[in-house]
Amino acid sequence: MHRARLPLAAATAAAALAALTGCTEKSDGKGGDGTVKVTASDDKCEVSKKEFPAGHVKLAVENKGSKVTEVYLLFPDDRIVSERENIGPGTRQTLTAEVKAGDYRIACKPGMKGKGIRQDVKATGGGRTAKRDPRLDKAVAEYRSYVQAQADETLPKVKVFTDAVRKGDLEAAKKAYAPSRIGWERTEPVAESFGDIDPKVDVREDGLADDQDPAKDWTGWHRLERALWQDKKIGQREKDLATRLDKDLAHWRKRVGKAVITPTSMANGAKELLDEVATGKVTGEEERYSHTDLVDFKANVEGAEKAYALLKPVASENDPALAKELDKQFAALDELLGRHRAGKGTADSYDFTAYDKVGKADRKELLDGVNALAEPLSKLAAAVVASK
Amino acid sequence: MSEETSTGAPSRRSLLGWGGAGLVLGAAAAGGAVAVTREESGAGDAVPAASTGAAVDFHGPHQAGIATPVQDRLHFAAFDVKTEDREEFVALLKEWTRAAARMTAGHAVGEGAFGGLAEAPPDDTGEALGLRPSRLTLTLGFGPSLFEKHGERFGLAGRRPKALVDLPKFPGDNLDRARSDGDLCVQACADDPQVAVHAIRNLARIGFGRVAIRWSQLGFGKTSSTTPDAQTPRNLMGFKDGTRNIAGTDEARLARHVWVGEKDGPDWMTGGSYLVARRIRMNVETWDRTSLREQEDVFGRDKGEGAAVGKAEERDEPFLKAMKPDAHVRLAHPDSNGGATILRRGYSFTDGTDGLGRLDAGLFFLAYQRDVREGFIPVQRSLAATDALNEYIQHVGSAVFAIPPGVRDKDDWWGRALFTGKA
Repeated sequence: MHRARLPLAAATAAAALAALTGCTEKSDGKGGDGTVKVTASDDKCEVSKKEFPAGHVKLAVENKGSKVTEVYLLFPDDRIVSERENIGPGTRQTLTAEVKAGDYRIACKPGMKGKGIRQDVKATGGGRTAKRDPRLDKAVAEYRSYVQAQADETLPKVKVFTDAVRKGDLEAAKKAYAPSRIGWERTEPVAESFGDIDPKVDVREDGLADDQDPAKDWTGWHRLERALWQDKKIGQREKDLATRLDKDLAHWRKRVGKAVITPTSMANGAKELLDEVATGKVTGEEERYSHTDLVDFKANVEGAEKAYALLKPVASENDPALAKELDKQFAALDELLGRHRAGKGTADSYDFTAYDKVGKADRKELLDGVNALAEPLSKLAAAVVASK
Repeated sequence: MSEETSTGAPSRRSLLGWGGAGLVLGAAAAGGAVAVTREESGAGDAVPAASTGAAVDFHGPHQAGIATPVQDRLHFAAFDVKTEDREEFVALLKEWTRAAARMTAGHAVGEGAFGGLAEAPPDDTGEALGLRPSRLTLTLGFGPSLFEKHGERFGLAGRRPKALVDLPKFPGDNLDRARSDGDLCVQACADDPQVAVHAIRNLARIGFGRVAIRWSQLGFGKTSSTTPDAQTPRNLMGFKDGTRNIAGTDEARLARHVWVGEKDGPDWMTGGSYLVARRIRMNVETWDRTSLREQEDVFGRDKGEGAAVGKAEERDEPFLKAMKPDAHVRLAHPDSNGGATILRRGYSFTDGTDGLGRLDAGLFFLAYQRDVREGFIPVQRSLAATDALNEYIQHVGSAVFAIPPGVRDKDDWWGRALFTGKA
């Protein structure tokens, strides 16, 4: 959890969606030029036309398959223009959207799982949207799937943790605690962009407001962390909180694909991950009871590196020196972190020394490494938008 | 230095180089004329030369910030070198030189603090926008560890000056290694604390990845920056001190005691100097409950006028034998130390309280000399052994640096002679 960060992206997201998606409404599926018939089955997603005029678009969906499905109208970078969930077998639903000319995709998700079956479509005529470097659209799309995959993979790991809590197994819960956070830590800026999930799952006690009662209002990972490491006991309250954590994170997983992600928000998100490390992790504040800060640290760096790697084709063209420096500093920080792996851990091991055993000089060394990376990383957004 | 005398109202404070300095040297007698800086030519808006807002020439045979009249405020920073690449390090020195030339002239770093790409952080941090140059000086030094730890990689093996010695351990030292040493140092002095802090902050930022701040110290000295004041400033113990510092305009004494001469060697240090920095904590609470008589005996001066024992005026030549044998002024006087003379430039510091409610305050002692072995070391040996003041002070931080000669012109850079082998 971070010091107050404005959920800017969330606000932007709401505005963008309001502007672009009219409404989703029930309809009989008839319509004029703007209507696209979508026939969903368990293994197909057929569309009646691949080109339609910009403006008011209607997707008339019929689910002919045996599974419940979802249908999405997507931007090329996988942002959602409009969506309809829970379309049962044999039913029809309609969704509508206001779109500008440009490329889009229609996706059906039989069973409401995975990336879905996709069709490229195009809105023509009318006002044109500014053309973005297609490599950047690709970067955003790949980052979006990364974020989704992180959330998808996190839930089962969280369940290992919360199951242990529910069973009252203190040791098993302690062991599962840090791994349950990795996916979240890797993609934190996106999760934070919603504004409401982070305070439920990742707040520290000192992050509560004056009018909040820690006994009632403090929820999430760190509340359980305190129970396991400091109070050393699991009661009914903790078991309830574990279930609540599952629920809140399921909500996160469901929404994460709808976040507004742009090339600059990816770049700035990467920098923010390093800022997280610089302000919370190197001080040992984040995991004050479990001292698993280096696990979060590593996950933050990995998340930043992923965003950078996806933007690198464009960034290295616009600012080759910056890309070279970032490659170097990511490697250096990784090497530095590696020195604090317990035992003979490999490069992808998360078995780190407890942070309370990391001395002051080593902490400074880690912070120096973070500064060395975060400073050039703060220039990545500019390198992504520059020129062209 | 290309500074000119342009006022008839000498500021003794700026002349004397306030070091609270009497802590190490506390003798009598004032120096000569005063030096007043002029604005750097072409440095933008004209600023009255006598104003504390003026710019000090960055270029010259010696680095500014040594003989320059002492400014009100200090931000001193010691850095560790993080890069192992010689070219990267040299590039940093060049970037720092460019940024320092701009900042001392009152300009923002790089493309400035605003108006650039919206997606990029600005080059300059911006907190000095609208402030005058404030006589900012930036003085760079190289620590012994630069030559030892990085010597091979940077091609500096064997280039460490003999005069850049490791200080011996003095009795009573209680040094915190986290507040001592450093591969590099930058001394930022200015009449406005925000200007000094801005300078260090921007240099640190430019350096991230190549160097990292190891420790830093803020200091204050004068309480009034506009009114010329004939009084010797007082240290935090309430005593006037440093009445006999080397004047910034006294070329003969500077040449004799401060600037490294051609024959001193090595060549790359000619025109440079050596800096000793000590963080000296004062036990102000116990000092404050010490009787006036003991306080005056400890220093060997009276508290009101600042005159040496048995004398009437502050600047009367002291009669050392009239003082107690362990009086601070007596032990620190050049006559007690074979003529050892150093140029002091220290500042008072107060870093809040120490968690026990004691004021974390004292003197950040900065002394420039031609050779540490003939300057600080003999003086401090004599003080550390017997100075009555030791009951009330403790040396808690220590560092020594070789200060290379000045940056000559716009094409020159800090440390060029060291790295290129050409003086």
